[in-house]
Amino acid sequence: MAEPSLKASVPSAKAVVAGSTPVLSNEQLLAMYRMMFLIRRVEESLLELAESGKIGGAMHTAIGHEGAAVGMAAALRKDDYLTCTYRGHHHSLARGMDAKRAICEVLGKEPGFAKGKGGSMHFLDPSLGLMGANGIVGAQVPHAAGMALASKIRGEDKIAITFFGDGALFQGLMHETFNMASKWKLPVIFYCENNRYSEMTPISRTSSVSDIYMFARAYGMESVQIDGNDVEVVYDTVSKAAARARAGEGPTFIEGITYRLSGHMAGDLETYRSSEEIEMQRAYEPLAQLSQKLLDRGVEEAELERIRAEVEEEVQADVEFALAAPWPEIAEAYTDVYKV
Amino acid sequence: MRKTTYIQAVNEAMRDEMRRDESVFLIGEDIGHYGGLFRVTRNIMEEFGERRVIDTPISEQGFVGMAVGAAMTGLRPIVELMYMDFFLVCADQIFNQAAKMHYMTGGLLNVPMVIRGQQGGGKRYGSQHSTSVESTFAQFPGIKVVAPATPYDAKGLLVAAIRDDNPVLFLEHKMLYFTRGDMPDADEDYIVPIGKADIKREGSDLTLATFGYTLLQAQEAADELKAEQGIDIEIVDLRSITPLDMETVLGSVAKTGRLLAVHESQSNCGIGAEIVARTYEEAPYLLKAPARRLGMAPASIPVSKPLEEELLPWKTNIKAAVLEMMR
Repeated sequence: MAEPSLKASVPSAKAVVAGSTPVLSNEQLLAMYRMMFLIRRVEESLLELAESGKIGGAMHTAIGHEGAAVGMAAALRKDDYLTCTYRGHHHSLARGMDAKRAICEVLGKEPGFAKGKGGSMHFLDPSLGLMGANGIVGAQVPHAAGMALASKIRGEDKIAITFFGDGALFQGLMHETFNMASKWKLPVIFYCENNRYSEMTPISRTSSVSDIYMFARAYGMESVQIDGNDVEVVYDTVSKAAARARAGEGPTFIEGITYRLSGHMAGDLETYRSSEEIEMQRAYEPLAQLSQKLLDRGVEEAELERIRAEVEEEVQADVEFALAAPWPEIAEAYTDVYKV
Repeated sequence: MRKTTYIQAVNEAMRDEMRRDESVFLIGEDIGHYGGLFRVTRNIMEEFGERRVIDTPISEQGFVGMAVGAAMTGLRPIVELMYMDFFLVCADQIFNQAAKMHYMTGGLLNVPMVIRGQQGGGKRYGSQHSTSVESTFAQFPGIKVVAPATPYDAKGLLVAAIRDDNPVLFLEHKMLYFTRGDMPDADEDYIVPIGKADIKREGSDLTLATFGYTLLQAQEAADELKAEQGIDIEIVDLRSITPLDMETVLGSVAKTGRLLAVHESQSNCGIGAEIVARTYEEAPYLLKAPARRLGMAPASIPVSKPLEEELLPWKTNIKAAVLEMMR
């Protein structure tokens, strides 16, 4: 069974970054609150659509993970590369993907960014540096390292970040990539969203090491463990890692502790955890943490309410747009096999 | 006209393209300082340095994955797999990633990457260092597959592969490396187009469609059958497996009325079976005798020389198949 709350202590004092002093203004935090709430509402709407049978295949939501995505997006440049797992709606939306087109893509509709061919597991938009979510656990990680290598070969200062879960840690290619990225000092950030479960199985049943950030140290890599639900901490940590990468100091591994409030995928029976455990986590989830932080720093609850109402209306309109959107032309089944 | 070895032709293609295009780089095991296990990348690091010739640890999944990522940004990696058998170690990155990327991103991304290296039997390397892989790759849309037999075709097809915007598998054969052939001047810029077969020998009795090292075995078989039996074989060098130039194959069968497809990958569900099937689907009326395919017999490749020769679709087996068809 996973720990009910965020870790209070870890083996190395240097590792934990938590409860930081303010680094962002209220205005910046309000923009982040808006984005986090938008992601939350888009994903909750997608789950409803899945329940009503309008979405096929596997769809993985990141409800509870929004802090990692929104903190990262504020810390990086628009032209920095990003790859992520099939649990990747939040990264894409945080980087500016249009929610209407995102919902269309999940539904397999023509206005989707990949014309409905990629779906939920393959979110991307290269114009926003979004180089692809991936359906194979861990496969996107060497891609990001390769993009960092490309920056180095070209002599550019673009960096890459890749997101993966604790479940990806035990794929062999992760370790191959960590080793090469560290040895070659590639400008890449490895961000592990540790939500305590690899799909349905807790790490206590898959490894004798529970502090994931320790793995990266075996490869001589800078590595930290943070409260991934505190958007300000994420922003601060990713900013520092990005500065290191741009300065040629090599990769950083960030273990952001978080908790997935939704199932692994739409339709997950969730027999592996208790409802008490989930309820306990609600006090620590990113939106709860951020709204408390904003109230503590003098923002009125009415302001937060106004933002939520605005987003609510937007998302509803986006869902209606997507439901009414056309299917792709049948001829699309045969295009894009090769680039011509 | 000058002559070069096959190895030199492949080396020249990479060197020329690296001079012409800053976005081309090499990545693989022992390719830089050592010059490649088979010396195919010899002296390239001396000219281009460690920035563009990258020696990796023995991590096929990792470095093929990194090449895919670099290619997604528009660079043109040339990845060496030391033995083609190792594609199975990094198969996800090749098939689920590189080959499907353009399609599943609705055309937003493409992977202009070449994977090259040697395959095939004949040197007693045994089961895990002798497999011919072209038929397996042909099952996957999104990746092109070429297997040149001559130094001229090797250079021209490798240049075409490097300039292609899709992933291309470039198959060399360990028995071809020291063969020599006519080549244009070193500074002549030419390509051999991907997907275009070439008639390497004219004949009237039977079309033998093949590629790679079995082309040389087929040529010897054809010479001997002509001298011994007066059988006149036409040899179509496919050169590309994906896309497959069936037009040239059927054009030849229209002339000869007989078809034998030969390759070193497995006969069972192999590319030869595909060529035969398409001939029956598209132009069965051309055939005077049942079309056949001859690939590797259903076993792994053994080390022992006589056993290896028994299983491979080389000269003796090709001659036997032709004689049966001409009976």
